[in-house]
Amino acid sequence: MRNLRLLARQIRYENRAFWRNPAAAFFTFAFPLIFMFVFQAIFGSEVQGGLTAAQFFTPAIVAFSIVNACFTSLAMTTVAVREEGILKRVRGTPMPSFVYLAARICHSVLVGLLLVVVVSAFGAFAYGVPFPWDQLAILFVTLMLGAACFCALGLAISGFVPNERAAPAVVNAIILPLLFISDVFIRIPPDNTLAQIGNLFPVRHFALALQGIWTPALNGPVDYTDLLWVAGWAVLGLAVALRTFSWESHA
Amino acid sequence: MPAIVVDQLHKSYGDLEAVKGISLTVKEGEIFALLGPNGAGKTTTVEILEGYRPRTSGTVEVLGFDPARRPEEMRARIGIVLQSAGVESYLTVAEVVDLYRGYYPKPRDRDEVLKLVGLEDRPAVRVGRLSGGQRRRLDVALGICGDPDLLFLDEPTTGFDPAARRNAWATISGLRDEGKTILLTTHFMDEAQALADRLAIMRGGEIVAMGTIDEIQSARPSATRIRFEVGDAAPPAELLPAGSERHDGGYEVWSDAPVELLHKLTGWALDSHLELNNLSVSRPSLEDTYLELTGELAEQSARE
Repeated sequence: MRNLRLLARQIRYENRAFWRNPAAAFFTFAFPLIFMFVFQAIFGSEVQGGLTAAQFFTPAIVAFSIVNACFTSLAMTTVAVREEGILKRVRGTPMPSFVYLAARICHSVLVGLLLVVVVSAFGAFAYGVPFPWDQLAILFVTLMLGAACFCALGLAISGFVPNERAAPAVVNAIILPLLFISDVFIRIPPDNTLAQIGNLFPVRHFALALQGIWTPALNGPVDYTDLLWVAGWAVLGLAVALRTFSWESHA
Repeated sequence: MPAIVVDQLHKSYGDLEAVKGISLTVKEGEIFALLGPNGAGKTTTVEILEGYRPRTSGTVEVLGFDPARRPEEMRARIGIVLQSAGVESYLTVAEVVDLYRGYYPKPRDRDEVLKLVGLEDRPAVRVGRLSGGQRRRLDVALGICGDPDLLFLDEPTTGFDPAARRNAWATISGLRDEGKTILLTTHFMDEAQALADRLAIMRGGEIVAMGTIDEIQSARPSATRIRFEVGDAAPPAELLPAGSERHDGGYEVWSDAPVELLHKLTGWALDSHLELNNLSVSRPSLEDTYLELTGELAEQSARE
């Protein structure tokens, strides 16, 4: 009970600090919306096989939102609080370290989910892509699996980033190429080599699952093996994070 | 029960032995200072006591707990002011203090904490906009906001101007007057002299002297310093004990039998019709003792 209270309280403070930090709020929150708007402006008029670009981009940007909030932002803020010594300071108090970390994870997931709501609403009202009300349960499971997977990978990666200045370079060098070959920014035919490389990683499976929920006409309905891939990467990410995570700067 | 007991503490990083079997006891309610140059092993020792590092061997007790296990009850009763540690810079001073107070079972009143460290007129300022000195005071505020029985202060006044240091000293003595135990690391002699009830001087991972300031100074073999100038003349070599130094016309002589030495020196000066200008007889300052014990003096003259 005490831990739950501490968790809720810590999330409140994290949230307050998050919205006061213009860079964090912009890159985590505004980025996906800007991407959606720009892609729609560029590809909006294209219709393939009776589908609009928005039917591809709405679930794709939903996937991007979770990746951005859980992987990219969590990895960078974790490196920042480690290098600045905030983690070390908290570890010297009676606050359980895992509760502190859980609060950061929960906050990332909540930001990701809020983005999902905003992106879905944007897709529905601005571009006429209906929200998949009939598949709420599988949507929720997919989003939670994705959040768990990308949070675990974000924490795992933070252990490989040597310092705060290197964080954006390392994290983006990993995630940007993946986003391009994972049917998030552009659609790649499944038999293309790039798509097959993308299939080794979790981002493409996550995006395909969401597209299966929103727009089954694109690649068919949700393929559960996609969800298994995401779950597998979640386990791998957690195993690596447990080994590489560090509470203190190595400098 | 003593607040801290350290017995034969060793800490190695690979081949490097950072702490070489030190033993010390910090009594409840005292300010104990750990003095030494950078690399002497102070921070390693303190971080073992705080629960941040495992020890290689030896026994350590902090408030009766083994810090290596980091028990929550121990962390609830200690306060830690690290040499440098970040704070959530987008929160205000009051918010950060409240956030950290919430971690402790019996926190101290927020306004009282801010008043103690002298930040009572800045509660609504964002942490990122504080000056360096104010940030350091906030570090102390976060260290004491849980009303700890034992406070670790790692170089609390580094970078302070003289007035700010006096204020910080007053705060620290005030905490001792409340009955808190304080373990202070510093490399300022005057800080140890102003605050510490007892101190230990570390060098190369070992304690080279320990006790009250008086005990440390009187334990020194050549306890008295005699200084004088004699122009171009030079006293006969048999009058100068080993280790005497000469710099620009002046002599600095250390003696553990100052009466006899002074008698001989003044006798020689009278016979030679010389005046011992600027003659002074003094106990070495704590700084002299410290420099001699830590070998920094030797290193300094080697460099010159």
